[in-house]
Amino acid sequence: MIETAVTIVLLLLLGAVTIGIVRVRGLFAAVVLLGIYSFLMATLFIVLDAVDVAMTEAAVGAGVSTVFFLGALYLTDTVEAPSARGQFVPLLVALVTAGALVWGLSDLPAFGSPDQPIHRQGADYLARSVPETGIANVVSAVLASYRGFDTLGETTVVFTAGIGVLALLRRRRSEGGN
Amino acid sequence: MRFDIILRVATKFMLAPLLLFALYVQLHGDYGPGGGFQAGVIAAAAIILYGLIVGLAPVQKIVPMRLLEILIPGGVLIYMGVGIAGLLTGANFLDYNHLAHDAVHGQEWGVFLVEIGVFVTVFSTMVAIFYAFAGRRRS
Repeated sequence: MIETAVTIVLLLLLGAVTIGIVRVRGLFAAVVLLGIYSFLMATLFIVLDAVDVAMTEAAVGAGVSTVFFLGALYLTDTVEAPSARGQFVPLLVALVTAGALVWGLSDLPAFGSPDQPIHRQGADYLARSVPETGIANVVSAVLASYRGFDTLGETTVVFTAGIGVLALLRRRRSEGGN
Repeated sequence: MRFDIILRVATKFMLAPLLLFALYVQLHGDYGPGGGFQAGVIAAAAIILYGLIVGLAPVQKIVPMRLLEILIPGGVLIYMGVGIAGLLTGANFLDYNHLAHDAVHGQEWGVFLVEIGVFVTVFSTMVAIFYAFAGRRRS
């Protein structure tokens, strides 16, 4: 009961912040609102018992990426450039996308339904992971042991993103000294 | 911000617990929530916070760019190395069963080392991106 109330309050706040992000024109305010959005999402993940995801969201979404956004804002202008063209086509694209997403929602399984394949697999991991790996946290066991290849790919993605940003932003040696 | 005494003192108090918490999340990831990715971001956040307060030059004395350039690919190499160690000990790529005397210990070692690889790459990438942004001037 109280969990439902907390979830509803969080979702209402998320909706309000989202409308704020869409409406606000100052980019600094948008960055702050994005941080609040991430923080609310992190709280929501805790309500859903996904503590690992909540930790990541709080650290990356609300923490580090806010700093990166502010750094980018310092390098650019802090006010959104006004759009020169009409807003009919973007509105149409957004409406069609939203319609497709709502239509897709109707095919989702009921929330927390135990009959889904993903939950049957999950139960299997829960039973297997401690005897096979000796790791009490099933999330860690699945990420690093059963899906080690996947996590290697993710690490490579972080690596690639890092060298990409560095290649774009770093001052070249020939410019040096300034 | 650089001369705000409250921020400076508060940062000084927060830095050590932040780094300790990052280590806790890294090493306790087997038992509680956490792991290399989260710990890497938290540790990077500590360094970035220090950089925001004291400026780019002092923080680059502690974590120089040259070190990050080694660490960014280094983490991926640690991860791959654990995978190849699995191959060399007669198992599949990224199969940790043969890394220690029995399979469960091997798994524990494998996951521990792999998480360190993730930590190193995530930490150094985050800090390097911060340096890249902070090192530029408005053009």
